[in-house]
Parts: sequence; C-alpha cells; structure tokens
Amino acid sequence: MLSRIFQDIGLMSAIGVILALIMVLAQRWLSNYGEVTININKKRDLVVTGGNTLLASLADKQIFIPSACGGRGTCGACKCQVFEGGGPILPTEKPQLTKEEMADNVRLSCQVKVKTDININIPEEIFNIRKFNSVIEEIIDYTYDIKGVTFKLTEGQSIDFKAGQYVQLETKPYAKVKQKAIRAYSISSKPELNNRIQLIVRLVPEGICTTWVHTQLKVGDKVDFTGPYGDFYLRDTEADILFVAGGSGSAPIKSMLEHLREVGTSRKMTYFFGARSAKDLYLGDEMRTFEEYFDDFTYVPVLSHATEEDHWEGKTGFLMPYFKEAIRDPKNTEAYLCGSPGMIAAVTKSLINDYGIDEGKIYYDSFG
Amino acid sequence: MEISAFVLFWAAIFTGNILLTYFLGMCSYLSISKEIESAFGLGIAVAFVLIVTSALNWLVYYYILIPFGIVYLQYIVFIIVIAAFVQFLELVIERYTPSLYYSLGIFLPLITVNCAILGVGLFMIIRKYSFIQTLAFSAGSGIGWLLAILMLAAIRRKLKEKMVPAGLRGAAISLIITGIMALGFIGFSGIVQIQ
Repeated sequence: MLSRIFQDIGLMSAIGVILALIMVLAQRWLSNYGEVTININKKRDLVVTGGNTLLASLADKQIFIPSACGGRGTCGACKCQVFEGGGPILPTEKPQLTKEEMADNVRLSCQVKVKTDININIPEEIFNIRKFNSVIEEIIDYTYDIKGVTFKLTEGQSIDFKAGQYVQLETKPYAKVKQKAIRAYSISSKPELNNRIQLIVRLVPEGICTTWVHTQLKVGDKVDFTGPYGDFYLRDTEADILFVAGGSGSAPIKSMLEHLREVGTSRKMTYFFGARSAKDLYLGDEMRTFEEYFDDFTYVPVLSHATEEDHWEGKTGFLMPYFKEAIRDPKNTEAYLCGSPGMIAAVTKSLINDYGIDEGKIYYDSFG
Repeated sequence: MEISAFVLFWAAIFTGNILLTYFLGMCSYLSISKEIESAFGLGIAVAFVLIVTSALNWLVYYYILIPFGIVYLQYIVFIIVIAAFVQFLELVIERYTPSLYYSLGIFLPLITVNCAILGVGLFMIIRKYSFIQTLAFSAGSGIGWLLAILMLAAIRRKLKEKMVPAGLRGAAISLIITGIMALGFIGFSGIVQIQ
C-alpha cells in the first residue's frame, strides 16, 4: 500500500518535472533574445539583455522614465518616442495615447518589449533622474496634518534639480499595507542645497504614502527616492510672477522663492495661498521674511472657511477676485499654480478668461 | 457502436456543441464577446489549443496514466498538460510570429483556465474515443465554441444601440441570449446523436 502511494507520488512528480523541464528549456531557447542595443536620442547606445520592457531595461541602466502606476499601463506617465524596433501599438497602450501621439511614434515604455535593436527618443532631463538613498534628518509639524520632512542624501550623492520639480518616494510595507508604493512629492527646499531635500506632506485619509510618512517615519530612517521629475519649474524671465497654491501645494513655491533669494531678483511677485481656516496656515514667518527681503513680494493668505475663533482680518472666500491687484500687465505675467486639480482648473479658467493671461504662461502642478 | 470521426466532427459542432449544450467555457465566452474581432481571435486560439491538448492528453492517458495505474490523477495531469502547453505556445508565438502574438497572445493565459478544454479531454475518456475520434471531436468542439462566441459577439454588437433594461445589461443579457441560442441548437439534435 505504502509503496503504491510512493510510486504514484513519484510518477506525478516525474510528469511535473518533465513538463517543467520542457518549459525551462523553452524559456532558455525561445525567450533568449540575446543582447540588444537601445539607441537613445541618436547619441547614446545602451546594451541590455532582450526580453524585458523598455521601462525596466532603462531602469536597469539607471535611466528612470517617470512612472506612477509601476508599469501596469494605467497612468500614461512613461510615454516616450520609439522609432524602430518597438513593434505595433498594443491594445494595452491605446487608451493612454491620443491620435497625434500615435502618429508621432509615442509609446508607453512600460508596455513595449525590447526584443531587437531599438531607437528611442527621450527628453534630455531624464538623464538627470537617478535613484537616491537618504536618511531622514528632521520632521517638522507645520500644521495638524502637514509635515515637512528633510531627507539627507547619503555621503557622496548630490541632486541637481530645478526649483519646482518633484521626486518619487518609495514606501516600505507597513501595518496592513503589504506592498511598496511609489508617490510623487514636490521638493520644497532650494536647488542650491544639493545634499538634502525637504518635502511637504499633507496627511490624506487612507492615503498609503502620506499615512506612511505621518505615522511610520522617524528621524534616522532610511528612505529611497528617484528624481527629479517634472516640467513645473521656475522660468528664467523678467516677467511678473503670480504664485497660487493651496494645502501642501506651497512646497514648490517655497523652493522657487528660496531659489530666487539665492540668485536675487527684482521681479514683481505675489503669492496667493488658499486654506480653509487659520489652523491650516503655515510658513507665515518665512513669507514675512521674504516680503522684507525682496524688492516687490507680497504674501496673500486667503481663508475659505474662517471660523469665529480665528479672528481673521485678512482676505476670505475664493482666491480669484484678489488677483486683480496683483496683475499689472497680463501680457507680462507668469502664473505658477500648485494644488488640487479642481483648484487648478478654476484658477486657470479665471486667469485666461477674466484676466487675459496667456495660457502658455500658466504653469501648474496638479495633485490628485 | 463505433461512431465515425466524420459524424463526430459535425455532431460536436451542432448537436453537441460544447458551449451551447454543455455550457462549458463560459467565463471567457462572456467576457471577451463584446467585439467580433477579439471574439474571433479568442475562438481561434481556443480551437487550436483544444485540438492539440486533447491529442496530447489522449496520449498521456493511454500511454502513461493507464499503464502506471494512476488514472485517478487524470484531472490534475490534464490541467498541468494544458497549462504547460499554453505557456509553451505563448513563448513560441511571441518569438516567431510577433504579429500573431499581439492579436492572439493576450488571450492565451485566459485559455489555461477555459473549462471547455478540460471538458473535451474528460469527455473523450468517458466516451472511450479512439485517437482519430478524439481529433475529430476536439476539432468539432473547437469550431463549435468559435461559432458560439462569434454569434454572441455579433448579437451583442447589435444590442449596443438597443435599450436593454439596466438590470439585464452585460452578463445577464448575454446569458439569456445564450439560452435562446442553445434552444435553437436543439433543432439540430434530430440529425445525429452522439451521447
């Protein structure tokens, strides 16, 4: 009886092993694409092992194309131009691409597999994007739900970014959250400080990364991030500036102001900061110092739901009506907006329709 | 009585349609029948895998399972053989015919768990088909499945512009249509009878 059981188990395992062996051999021979070359911008050649996605192959070579969804093809952030060797556009890419993009050879790099030599085009800035290791140096409570966290890069690393750009934090599994998550945050410190960065993180109820930052992180913890990303950065012109932010959206604005203080400027600048009530206001003292330092800088906090206890004597309601006094020449004004998608949409609409500011001079960073 | 392979082939398509008579392979049938193009792709892939895996399973059953007396393990063995073959097929297609891979390849993982394929494998054993009969039966079943999903996809395309009660949209109306189609197929049953 016992020998019968062992014999059957043995036979069953043998069948499994044989099939597995066939699979392994097939994988070995069929999925082996050998070494292939990725030609980037007709300048650099990268030799990688074929068979992986373009996004992963580039990440292996320390070139990080932004990707918020982690390669599932749902965010559309990892677009790049693929000229030769990408194969036809896949059904998984179509929902993320417009007709113009398809005609322009734009693909999702997380879906394109590198099987033959391939020619691609990616923006030069992406070469600056790297992975950084850091240690948390300081955590400041700005308000009851907003923290400023300073990350010190490990010895020998330095980050080169433009004021206004963002990084992507990589969370570690904690409590009920078993998987890693990647989330984007704007850098709030100045670019001149290149061995550490500060991020401003507002606690979002049920948010995986914000909860992690607020409840798990302590000074001394090690955190990895990639960056810098984004085309929301301060343009080097002489135009007047309108900064508009809400909630934790003050992060990139703070970075821009600190940068301007380093390089010096005489541009007319006005900063409208929207908050619900007085307990949501922060960085007031820093803004006062900026007002004293710059020739022409005004900080205008606006409360939408000021309470009795606030004893608020400043401006209230919507931000838009107050822009009037800040805009002297709509054709010579740039606007930098950072906040929720709803706020960005409303402010952009008002700036274009009510104040006549060029759509091309409105820069924004919208977070969901 | 030995049924000829030719009769089996036609019977498997019409009188004993694997989907409309036995309701096997429903999950992918319901989920991939929104567009005719993808329904056709999936149908072809199912038919192909059905024929090859049935032949493989027949050989495994009569040359391995019976001689070694492990017939009671047939379910597990059949599933492993199907899964391995589908994986293998995916690798081959991806390597040698990329264009086919982009149109059919995405359906292959779905096929691994398609009950119609295991169902045909089990029927051929219960009904004691010979190797030739198995080939004919699986080919007929595959084509029958393709026919059924194509018909549903065609009807659903017409249905898109029609008012369907909210509670019946999607899988519910598809099941009702399938039921009506199955009733229609009963009309063929007088022609040949295999079971």
